[in-house]
Amino acid sequence: MAKMRGAIVVDTERCKGCEVCLVNCPSDTIGMSKEVNGKGYHYAFMKDPESCTGCANCAIVCPDGVITVYRVKA
Amino acid sequence: MGELRLMKGNEAIAEAAILAGVDAYFGYPITPQSEVLEYLTLQRPEERTGMVVLQAESEIAAINMVYGAAGTGKKVMTSSSSPGISLKQEGISYIAGAELPCLIVNVVRGGPGLGTIQPSQADYFQSTKGGGHGDYRLIVLAPASVQEMADFVDKGLELAFKYRNPALILSDGLIGQMMEKVEFPEQKERVTSFDQSWVTTGKTKERERNIITSLNLDPEKQYQHNLKLQEKYRRMKEDIMYETFDCDDAEFLLVAYGSSARICQKAVDEARSSGKKLGLLRPITLFPFPEEVIAKFARQVKGILSVELNAGQMVEDVKLAVNGRIPVYHYGTPGGKIFTPDDILKAIDEKLMGGY
Amino acid sequence: MDIKEIIKPENLVHKRTPLMTDANLSYCPGCGHGTVHHLIMEVVEELDIQQDTIGIAPVGCSVLAYDFMDIDMTQAAHGRAPAVATGIKRLWPEKYVFTYQGDGDLAAIGTAETIHACNRGENIAIFFINNGIYGMTGGQMAPTTLEGMKSSTTPYGRDYKTMGHPIKITELVAQLPGTSFVTRQAVHKPGNVRKTKKAIRKAFEVQKEKMGVAFIEIVSNCNSGWKMTPNDSNKWMEENMFPFYPLGDIKVEGKIVKDLMKDLV
Repeated sequence: MAKMRGAIVVDTERCKGCEVCLVNCPSDTIGMSKEVNGKGYHYAFMKDPESCTGCANCAIVCPDGVITVYRVKA
Repeated sequence: MGELRLMKGNEAIAEAAILAGVDAYFGYPITPQSEVLEYLTLQRPEERTGMVVLQAESEIAAINMVYGAAGTGKKVMTSSSSPGISLKQEGISYIAGAELPCLIVNVVRGGPGLGTIQPSQADYFQSTKGGGHGDYRLIVLAPASVQEMADFVDKGLELAFKYRNPALILSDGLIGQMMEKVEFPEQKERVTSFDQSWVTTGKTKERERNIITSLNLDPEKQYQHNLKLQEKYRRMKEDIMYETFDCDDAEFLLVAYGSSARICQKAVDEARSSGKKLGLLRPITLFPFPEEVIAKFARQVKGILSVELNAGQMVEDVKLAVNGRIPVYHYGTPGGKIFTPDDILKAIDEKLMGGY
Repeated sequence: MDIKEIIKPENLVHKRTPLMTDANLSYCPGCGHGTVHHLIMEVVEELDIQQDTIGIAPVGCSVLAYDFMDIDMTQAAHGRAPAVATGIKRLWPEKYVFTYQGDGDLAAIGTAETIHACNRGENIAIFFINNGIYGMTGGQMAPTTLEGMKSSTTPYGRDYKTMGHPIKITELVAQLPGTSFVTRQAVHKPGNVRKTKKAIRKAFEVQKEKMGVAFIEIVSNCNSGWKMTPNDSNKWMEENMFPFYPLGDIKVEGKIVKDLMKDLV
């Protein structure tokens, strides 16, 4: 089976920094930003983009629907 | 016109609802209005017009079914009696706040509390001043005959839709239970297709979503919403209804509505036969209240007696309309006891004409 | 491979459903309400039934659900959503009608409406978010608050001797002949989210068959009310809520599929 490569795009202004995506990421791709957004939240970002498989687990558990997921066969 | 029938007031309301093309009735049994629901279920309205009739688990559920259905633009109604109407007040407040049309019937019984099942007019305040929480009003129609019980179903719904506001038929156990001849109109079509831009029937691609709510957390918006409601209530004045009897040369005036007005009519007849110049004003809409008519009478008559089956409720509105110009008295029997024409004549002599 | 080569429209696998409005969700960070909102709207989008769907918002944290879901909605008085839904569905039997309610709304003040809508077999879906607490008013005891659980009105823990027992309303409604599909799910983990979405989809689909109420309980967190971080609250939920409110289907196609007595006692 071909290896999957993925990427996420976080709507950083909508992100509330709850970190539910982070613990549900199987590839430890997601980290929380040092900076804060307009609402004062540390938002999610890909700290290790190479590891993302585009499984979308982060996106489907995100209560605020801020994560868009892309995936390709590498 | 349609056929003439002998019926109870409660049955007349139910038959009129089917004939008026009402889409749904949601109710709960309570004496003295249970015949409305009984008559409706007996008539198989689902076959006659497709009307939905449902016995709810409580008055609270019934009024909230009305709220939901009214939000879809349908003609819906409920009925109950005093304690049940009290239970409905939260829902009525929501309906008024969300500006939905519907018809509510209160066949009033004596209170407070569980009270009695005898007729009463003790729910005047509750009906005309809002009833639930918040600054709102209902359109209140007070029938004095079985014929009017029937007629006011269509009239009430017409006004409810005109103003997008709940309308209330304020009847009582006397009008609800007594039998009279009543003439019904032809069957109106139950209109199921319509164009109403505000209803919640599913958001189409062509329009924004519709929301039925009475919630507005922004105080400025809530304030503006309230101003709009008050403006609407003022506009309702154009639909004031009342009747006068023997008023042209009257020196004294009775003001009475519904069943009281019927008893007063007899009292006026008897007073006239003994040479007393007595007249009767019968408000038909209790909200909007015919205050300007009463103010006009305050320049004509020497005194007014407000005759009510309660401890004195409408008398306050009469006094406001008269604004101190002439004496205004109350005569009434609270708690479900009915006065006779003689009782009224005695009160006229003692109170109204006592000083003359 | 460069990230830019991955982030292309043709590689899209998940995006926010357009049936959620642009309004920012009023829920606390990490609250399961948002997840369930998205799932309901995703299902409405996939079934292409926006033009035939009417939702009922409750009183509680989700009172403003109508700000977030791009469908026609009615906001109901506290606990009355099933009655409001009944009024709509009886007049529009071909539409899809659902209520969205919390535990206080559905299992305390609205118990009568819940039980009787279920018993009449109204063809509606009831989405019930159980987080064991009154969130909006500041974390008071709910009918579903666990024994010993602290809340702002059970500051020393819920004592059933004076405060009553937590109620398993879902097991109760499953016993009524008017319910067709009764299940308890969660949305804190991807696997749970997928199962919940399936359940929500089924809740809409059974309305077409007019088999009665589809009742979907979602055991969820209230990290603010429970005074924990979102992830800690989800862990606490697994350890404490799930043993008392076990996940899984209870009734499918009108047949009870679980040993209810085992769960009830």
